[in-house]
Amino acid sequence: MDNWRKSPIAFTLALAPPALWLALFFVLPLSLLWLFSFGTKTGITSIDINWTLANYARALEPLYLGIFLKSLWIAGVTTLICLIVGAPVALAISFSPVQVRPWLLLLIILPFWTNLLIRTYALIATLRGNGHINSMLGWIWRQADGLLTLTGLGGHQLLGAQFTPLEILYTDWAVVIGLIYVHLPFMVLPLYAALDRLDRNLIEASLDLGAGHVRSFFTIIVPLALPGVLSGLVITFIPALGSYLTPDLLGGPDSQMIANVIDRQFKAANDWPFGAALSFLLMYAAFFGLAMRGLFTKHAADGGMK
Amino acid sequence: MRRNRGISGLLRGLSRRQFLHGSMAAGISVTGFPRFAAAAEARQLNFYNWDTYIGETTLADFKAATGISVKMDLFADNDELFAKLRAGNPGYDVIVPSNNWVARMALAGMLEPLNHSLIPNIKNLAPRFLNNVSFDPGRKFSLPYMWGTVGIGYRKSKFSSPPNSLKWLYDSNTYSGRIALMSECDFLLGMALKYLGYSINSTDAVQIAQAEALVIKQKPHIKSFAEDNGQDLLASGDVDLVMEWNGDIAQLMAEDDDIGYVLPGEGGVLWEDTLAIPRGAPHPENAHAFINFIHDPMVNMAIANTVQYATPNQAAIAMMDKAYTQNPAIFPPEAALIKSETIIYLGEEAVSMRQDSCTRIFAA
Repeated sequence: MDNWRKSPIAFTLALAPPALWLALFFVLPLSLLWLFSFGTKTGITSIDINWTLANYARALEPLYLGIFLKSLWIAGVTTLICLIVGAPVALAISFSPVQVRPWLLLLIILPFWTNLLIRTYALIATLRGNGHINSMLGWIWRQADGLLTLTGLGGHQLLGAQFTPLEILYTDWAVVIGLIYVHLPFMVLPLYAALDRLDRNLIEASLDLGAGHVRSFFTIIVPLALPGVLSGLVITFIPALGSYLTPDLLGGPDSQMIANVIDRQFKAANDWPFGAALSFLLMYAAFFGLAMRGLFTKHAADGGMK
Repeated sequence: MRRNRGISGLLRGLSRRQFLHGSMAAGISVTGFPRFAAAAEARQLNFYNWDTYIGETTLADFKAATGISVKMDLFADNDELFAKLRAGNPGYDVIVPSNNWVARMALAGMLEPLNHSLIPNIKNLAPRFLNNVSFDPGRKFSLPYMWGTVGIGYRKSKFSSPPNSLKWLYDSNTYSGRIALMSECDFLLGMALKYLGYSINSTDAVQIAQAEALVIKQKPHIKSFAEDNGQDLLASGDVDLVMEWNGDIAQLMAEDDDIGYVLPGEGGVLWEDTLAIPRGAPHPENAHAFINFIHDPMVNMAIANTVQYATPNQAAIAMMDKAYTQNPAIFPPEAALIKSETIIYLGEEAVSMRQDSCTRIFAA
């Protein structure tokens, strides 16, 4: 079907099920929630939709803005590190032999086959005070200490009197580590897709014409992969911003993110209107991110044509 | 145990001790139970319960005794239970809400009144669970299932004497970085109020502000506000001191001799989980039969042996061994129990005020 005008019936038939599905299970519940966000709680289970803006006003109080900022910060750091770690991985995969590539991609996707909760608990076992990372560091410490004793330097306690485990778990950094672990594939896959489409002749030409590897990378590969980078940034940042389980399980006393607050509004506080208002602010932030990406790619496309 | 979402918790659900109890329980058969004469209702029951909070063979025994098959769904906390039933009963016949939630749900018209004449086994319950029940006068909507306390779990080898004061949790840097408190607001804030000499259920803005300031000041020394895995942190050695449900610590004590439980001298939280029938239950008669069955002494004994919480069923307790009846984590000393308080439903405004306070604590 090259044009929907030529066969409108087939087009309608094909589009109807997903459209109905979206209307019923996405637009309808979300509209209800949107209405709630303009309502006032009048009883334990009753909400009066009176088009008040009080919930949004409350969501913009310094307390909640602070939590929003903290969430933006954690999601931002996560996204940045994902880019720094993910870019070389995507580059390596796209330049690896064709028959190896599916296996490398499989390795990236493999963790998705396990439930997030289970992966998070595995991280707890890895990061905790007497967890795997610390027992490994402890072993290295003891070997180094033993070596010092052998060389006659043992008495100086150059490495301290005893091994102090790293306190990683239950800090903001544990949350960032957990989020990077979860979201890395979201960064690697779009980057890989962009690099895979890249015309290798351009790189060859650049190298032939005297540009070095570094210059070729920044003037050929980076601009051409930019749409992939932007996609990666957006689809890493948005879910990271709304993450809830990771800060809950890995975070310390002050690692609360905005989704945890929203969760409490819908459950313990039983304040659905306020929870809905917070949710929609989060969603508007996501829309803003998507719009920015759209603008950037359009700009890049326009720039490319000149 | 029941408030355990963690994998390690699930694994612990099959500890040797429980296994033993389970196999003993399997040998119990219930005789003399009257077959229910309700022909109108399908032989079915939908039970909404906490995880690992029923005897190993209770549901099968019930089916054998009455022909009613039970489908059990699990919830993780009262919030989840409430949220699920808030917009209407999705088909549950028996639920297990905690004390203050019974009051909240009854007030919202979410519970069906119980017909006590269909539950003759009420006679097995200790009188104090039937008379003067603040959250459900006359036990109109609920009957007790299990009860317990929230107190302090600790690693014995790190303490010369039991840490029997809330001071060690809330107002001391002696165990800096070795403390986990519950993240559930009622308890986090309630115990701080208790430490300051106020009621756990205070709605006084000044007192709540003081408690909030106390927790914020203590935050640098707190390792984690544990969701419901404080006992895991204690077991793994990440902390030495946790605020926890007594049953979770009792479970741990069964496997690790170095773990202790103490109800603080200031008093702790006294809680009661109840059996109730949600409004719109499709099989109310089966539900009554099931509640009655649970309070059969033999059935109840098997459940209590498995879940390791205190049962209100004195006929069952009379038959149980000392390992259960004299376990200080299950039945704490009376002196500390007297000072303990039950969390009550304070009304939507007070709930909201206390929740906001906790949001500020977590954000500080």
